[in-house]
Amino acid sequence: MMNDIKMPTQGLANLEVFAATLESLATLDRNIVAVTSDSRGSGKLTPFGQQFPKQIIEVGIAEQNLVGVAAGLASAGKKVFAVSPACFLTARALEQIKNDVAYSDNAVVLVGISAGVSYGALGTTHHSLHDYAVLRAINNLIVVAPADNFETEQAILQAAALNKPIYLRFGKKNMPVSLNNELGTMRDEYNNEFSILEKTHHSFKFGKGRIVREGSDMTFIGTGETVLPAFEAAEKLASEHGIQAKVVSMHTIKPLDYDLLNTIASEGKPIITVEEHSVYGGLGEAVASYLMQNAHRNSFKIMGIPDEYTVTGSQNEIFNHYGLSKEGISKVALNLLK
Amino acid sequence: MTEQQLFIKSKEYRKNILKYIYKAKAGHTGGSLSCIDILNVLYNQILNVSPENFTSPDRDRYIQSKGHCVEALFVVLADKGFFPETDLETLCQYQSHYIGHPTRKVNGVEQNTGALGHGLPISVGTALAAKMDEKSYRVFTLLGDGELPEGSNWEAFLSASHYKLDNLCAILDYNKLQITGKNADVLNTEPIADKLKSFGWAVREVDGNDTQKLKETLDQIPFEVGKPSFVIAHTIKGKGVSYMENQLKWHHGVPTAEQYELALSELS
Repeated sequence: MMNDIKMPTQGLANLEVFAATLESLATLDRNIVAVTSDSRGSGKLTPFGQQFPKQIIEVGIAEQNLVGVAAGLASAGKKVFAVSPACFLTARALEQIKNDVAYSDNAVVLVGISAGVSYGALGTTHHSLHDYAVLRAINNLIVVAPADNFETEQAILQAAALNKPIYLRFGKKNMPVSLNNELGTMRDEYNNEFSILEKTHHSFKFGKGRIVREGSDMTFIGTGETVLPAFEAAEKLASEHGIQAKVVSMHTIKPLDYDLLNTIASEGKPIITVEEHSVYGGLGEAVASYLMQNAHRNSFKIMGIPDEYTVTGSQNEIFNHYGLSKEGISKVALNLLK
Repeated sequence: MTEQQLFIKSKEYRKNILKYIYKAKAGHTGGSLSCIDILNVLYNQILNVSPENFTSPDRDRYIQSKGHCVEALFVVLADKGFFPETDLETLCQYQSHYIGHPTRKVNGVEQNTGALGHGLPISVGTALAAKMDEKSYRVFTLLGDGELPEGSNWEAFLSASHYKLDNLCAILDYNKLQITGKNADVLNTEPIADKLKSFGWAVREVDGNDTQKLKETLDQIPFEVGKPSFVIAHTIKGKGVSYMENQLKWHHGVPTAEQYELALSELS
């Protein structure tokens, strides 16, 4: 039965797609600027720096200055990508994000790299399990965690053209090229002649969740790197139990896609949210808030990292420990369907 | 504008600062009076910025890091024609855009400030953009002495000299008092000039309440090619009103009717 599982083609780490896409953009637009805090290596931007030395600003390990400088550059017409590990960017520089970027409406693309528990055994200092919670509460900031390479590329292209403050969150594990295989291989589409508008794919839009697997028995709503295990769980449930779960990549945490949530909730089936974030204040509670305030009473479960001293391990081990895995998610689903 | 006209402007600005603080029953009185001569010289002698060119990418930028002294900024912007002065009658009132800190909802304001230690990093980014685009505009920021301990300032001091931003000028409104007391007692930041020099800045000291000397100093920017400029402007908190000068309680004190009349008579 396992042979029936059709898994999407494995691609690159979203972080690598980010760097490659930024290089493509910088070739076309000299106003594209990356700002880094000794993070060009971890941001896969070393080739970018070599190719575009006049379009990268290094501020050293100084995240507050990173975001302030990025805001100043953006105010003078630069399309700025401020790139730093999500853990530092969204905690140490939070006031700069709130005031210099969001409140002052400086169109910085804040890029949180190695997000969630990507740094694994390096521990809590290097984990970002708070970023959705704090950033959701800041006015005038879009919060996005792409799931696959396709969404990542689209998010970068569209963020560069958006001219609004936005936070993009990337992990460093290899992700599928496209979870629903709607594109062949992303690389086939690359050539040196594309224009940004032509590349903008209509199936990805900030604020609009993307259904990557259809199903009528229940719905998994994931974001970022948890969409993949949700997808795998859906395939496992289908092949082993004949249960068809819809899988949504809710890449935009804010603004949340209330239309899609309403459609899904109106089906009356169980809903499980899955996120690489504290169970407090993230995707799950945002969805719960919508459901509760709009008279939806679906069976519902929030899966994420519990409020405890996070277990030591690799990202995979941490995911498995807290059930953010094919097995863990499908087990919770079966319980909810009882 | 002559030396005498500049001097008179400062008196008019001081009267307006007090007028609108008195009306709003709120404001940062002492600091606004200490920095107003600096803003006077910047907007009337130094900055290439006006309502007409405010959307031009080539305008000079003024970013007020000590955002709480917004009354000084608003009074000058009104005088320069960015908005009708009568707008300031709504200062800090329900639904007014004229809040107690600079906001871009007010024409002429470059950045939303108020939290301390933010103006300089933004100014560094803006000055960097000018260098990248080979534009000749300059970036000025006004720092308060109380905000100097903010670590973000020192991150920005480093980056400004690293990138040789001689199109950047930071002016310290050095009135030597902050809400708790003397800077030297709260947290000593001296020797400021030596610190800034060692951080790669070109430093000048000036009487920050002397418009002519301020003009002469700011006319010489950049003080050194390849270095950001730092002006230590020695000022008096509450300058111009005898009973407010160097008095801590006027940090955000609001005058009574009698005090207001007395202040106006001193400034006439």
